[in-house]
Amino acid sequence: MELFLEQLPIVLKALNVGFIQTLKLFFITLIGAIPLGLVISFGSMSKFKPLNWLVKMFVAVIRGTPLMIQLLIVYFFPGLVLGNPIWGSSESGRFLAASTAFILNYTCYFSEIYRGGIQSVPLGQQEAGLVLGMTKRQIFFKVTLLQMIKRIIPPMSNEVITLVKDTSLSRIIALQEIIWAGQSFMKGSQGISGAIWPLFFTAIYYLIFNGILTILLAQLENRLNYFR
Amino acid sequence: MPILEVTGIQKSFEGTQVLTDIHFSLEKGQVLSLIGSSGSGKTTLLRCLNFLEQPDNGIIRVNGETLFDAKDPSTQKAEEIRRKRLHFGLVFQSFNLFPQYTAKENVMLAKKLLMQEQPNFKARKKEIFKEIEAEAVSLLTQMGLKDRMDNYPHQLSGGQCQRVAIARALALKPDILCFDEPTSALDPELTGEVLKVIKRLAEQNTTMIIVTHEMAFARDVSDQVIFMDEGRILEQGTPKQVFGNPKEERTRQFLNRFTEG
Repeated sequence: MELFLEQLPIVLKALNVGFIQTLKLFFITLIGAIPLGLVISFGSMSKFKPLNWLVKMFVAVIRGTPLMIQLLIVYFFPGLVLGNPIWGSSESGRFLAASTAFILNYTCYFSEIYRGGIQSVPLGQQEAGLVLGMTKRQIFFKVTLLQMIKRIIPPMSNEVITLVKDTSLSRIIALQEIIWAGQSFMKGSQGISGAIWPLFFTAIYYLIFNGILTILLAQLENRLNYFR
Repeated sequence: MPILEVTGIQKSFEGTQVLTDIHFSLEKGQVLSLIGSSGSGKTTLLRCLNFLEQPDNGIIRVNGETLFDAKDPSTQKAEEIRRKRLHFGLVFQSFNLFPQYTAKENVMLAKKLLMQEQPNFKARKKEIFKEIEAEAVSLLTQMGLKDRMDNYPHQLSGGQCQRVAIARALALKPDILCFDEPTSALDPELTGEVLKVIKRLAEQNTTMIIVTHEMAFARDVSDQVIFMDEGRILEQGTPKQVFGNPKEERTRQFLNRFTEG
């Protein structure tokens, strides 16, 4: 017990550092994938067949393969296959590679949710906008968008919570996120070795953060309950 | 000169002919009712007038200006079609109000967006929005919705929603206001309040085209009635002629079902 109390501050400090990396990856993925998903969703609804086909293939490949493999390919492919290790081997290089893979992956998932959301807004809304002389752009931003957002909040909440946990996959390219930090005390770090409890502690970080997100997302959902 | 002239409209969907050789004209301030069984092409005709469908053939003229000519691609430019639509207003069977806006905001939205295109918009923004709001308030008051202006569509009854939709269409001051079965989604009690509003518009000489199954109403309110069957105009004339003394057997059959029912 005395030992545990002695080790606790050291472990928490390391976990905090790791968790900051986890949060950075989480937020950068959202910042990238939320708008890019919209672009891809327009591509998958495009009436221009070649573009439509290309986008759908891309989405199918990304959604049909594990994120872990995507991480490995994004990180190692430039160096090992093209002979040009663009990411380098520093922590910041690995972070860029992880961000790229995560944004790619989540863009595709979000795009499908957006597509479903847009297509679930009744066609009559668009027609009402058209006969009132609105442009397609005005109809999208003033009429469709908010109705779509309202509809996609529950599936998006699911994805966002999954993303929090998925960030741990970046451990595979040795990104020093919270799981990496917890695991380091098993192998030995800062005089602590063979300890598994720091890894269990990481679970509490995920749980608390996801709890906060769940509350925030529910609030957002409530705020859009003023219309049906 | 008639306000609306429709000549030789044809339309087919995937090989099925839904409109064949539609000719009619409408004078300013008059009311035209389109009657006929479901699937006879009435709604498609309205949608062609509002540029929601493009006819395969035919010409649409408003106030002598050719808005659409199937043979002349220069009348079919996307940007101009948006402007041309404004000659017509359309009230839908299912209202299609924007759920995230209040009744008043529904009425104001399109006008606000249109006014933003005016060159002196920025300088007069506040003034313009005030005018638009005053107009919306006045229109909704005319529709008997004075205390409902800040309600969202889901807080309104079907009849109230449809009256908001009528105000929304009127806000853009269309030359011709079209109604696509405006009361078909309403129960009889609510139907009455919407028909009353339309009748009042007729008395104020609003030019209107009404697709309806309310025969008594059509007879009462119209200056001209068109009976359509299988995509063709089978009979047209004054309500007295069409309802009182139909020439075609098919018209008689159709009307009998209503008087018997």
